[in-house]
Amino acid sequence: MTVAARIFFVGGVTSFRALFYWLTPWIYVPSLLVGPIFQILLFAYIGRSAHLRSDEFYVIGNAIQYAAIPCLFAMSQMIGGERYQGTLSAILVSPAGRIPLFFGRSMPVVINGAFVAAVALALGCLILDVRLPLSSIAPIALVVLIAAFSCTGLGLINAAISLRLRENAVLTNVIFGFLLIFTGANVPLDSLPGWMSTSAQGMPFTHAIVAARRLADGASLSDVGGLVGAEVLVGLAYGLCGYALLRWFEAQGRRYATLERA
Amino acid sequence: MRIARLLYMGWAFHLKSLTLSGFFIIVSVISPVIFASIAYLMFRAGARPGSLLFVAIGAGMMGIWSATLFGSGGAIQWQRWQGTLEYCIAVPPAFIWVILPLTIATATIGLYSLTSTLVWGWLFFDVPFQLAHPAWFVVALPAAVLALGLLGLVLASTFVLYRHANALSNLLEYPVWLVTGLLTGLALLPGWTRPISWALAPTWGVKALRESALGGDPAFPVAMSIALGIVYLVIGHYCLRYFEKLARERATLAIA
Repeated sequence: MTVAARIFFVGGVTSFRALFYWLTPWIYVPSLLVGPIFQILLFAYIGRSAHLRSDEFYVIGNAIQYAAIPCLFAMSQMIGGERYQGTLSAILVSPAGRIPLFFGRSMPVVINGAFVAAVALALGCLILDVRLPLSSIAPIALVVLIAAFSCTGLGLINAAISLRLRENAVLTNVIFGFLLIFTGANVPLDSLPGWMSTSAQGMPFTHAIVAARRLADGASLSDVGGLVGAEVLVGLAYGLCGYALLRWFEAQGRRYATLERA
Repeated sequence: MRIARLLYMGWAFHLKSLTLSGFFIIVSVISPVIFASIAYLMFRAGARPGSLLFVAIGAGMMGIWSATLFGSGGAIQWQRWQGTLEYCIAVPPAFIWVILPLTIATATIGLYSLTSTLVWGWLFFDVPFQLAHPAWFVVALPAAVLALGLLGLVLASTFVLYRHANALSNLLEYPVWLVTGLLTGLALLPGWTRPISWALAPTWGVKALRESALGGDPAFPVAMSIALGIVYLVIGHYCLRYFEKLARERATLAIA
């Protein structure tokens, strides 16, 4: 195994396991597996109250959008946690390639985000008696994975900002809220004001949520290929911006000796 | 008189302290505004547009509950982490008089939520702010805040027994929003949720505020808020005494 591959896979997994030293099942289950169920139920009942859309609309929208919690928080923890432990300088002074270093740490986050969204989707369907066609399960699973990938790209930007911002949890909560409004998880895109639905086109989840809803309505994967491609592009764009920001803030941190000060 | 002064000074101190916390500003201002916006947009787009003032008050109460839940749920744990829990217990006044101002302050912080959702709705969604019973609204608001603050006392004294109180707080935020009908109204929820909602202060607090603002009879929900507050005070008192006794017997006051 080459050094880069080892940093990518072993470093990524080790870093994620380190995250779990505080993310025990006693925190993981209530926060990441039970939490989204109640978000789904809340919006499904508001939807019923407003006579807006069916339960399926809210189950799919909120289950996929909830991947934002693990993706955004875990990525900011990638920097914040290292700084808290006093190991950030040691990592950034190492000669390890930054692409395997940062992207390797993103990979388990993508998988975890997709897992959280998939569990929420399955339990949401069970509780609200939403039936998805069997043929749509595998394509929706792929869309969920891509949505988690896309949001982890945004998470990389969030991680970079953690190099500058001490209370990143506050920013992460705000980003989560914006994604909840803009991405069409609860309000149909065509009911949003024009500037909001236009902005949503450049945000993670927007295309994935539409694609998953169409798949649930019987469309095939090839029918939603454009939406899936757009979601991948959004994720790549955020990922590259996040990487560039990380490198820039790292260089600034070295120059002004501010790595531990943010 | 001394107790009243202690309560007032503690409340004012914690109110100022919490106002400086970015996390509490998020919980009490930005988060309710986000949820209120989603609800406004959903009701506007839906086939049965509800009263936007109904939504604004409900979203404001969501913020009061969140601030109470996160602030009071972790109140004792925070004192422990900061190393001040021993002092809070060792001082001459009973522990309840030291912790009560903090839990009421966390609920008071929630008033930022109500203000922000009403102002936000008025500015961007043309939500009218005309009160049917202004005098009752002035009574209902402190009654609701006080009842939630006293519920916070119960949370503070029970959550401390659970090591991962933050996760418990995360878990309880949405269910209480849902079961107390803050944005949906109780009629849509399954019948078995009713008794749960009756035991929770946000149900009566939001009902009192809505009936004051939109018309109705706010007297009963205000009375229920006060009655529930007294029940919470009694429960909180005994729970705190139990916690203090256990901590002293086992010498675990400083052990998280």
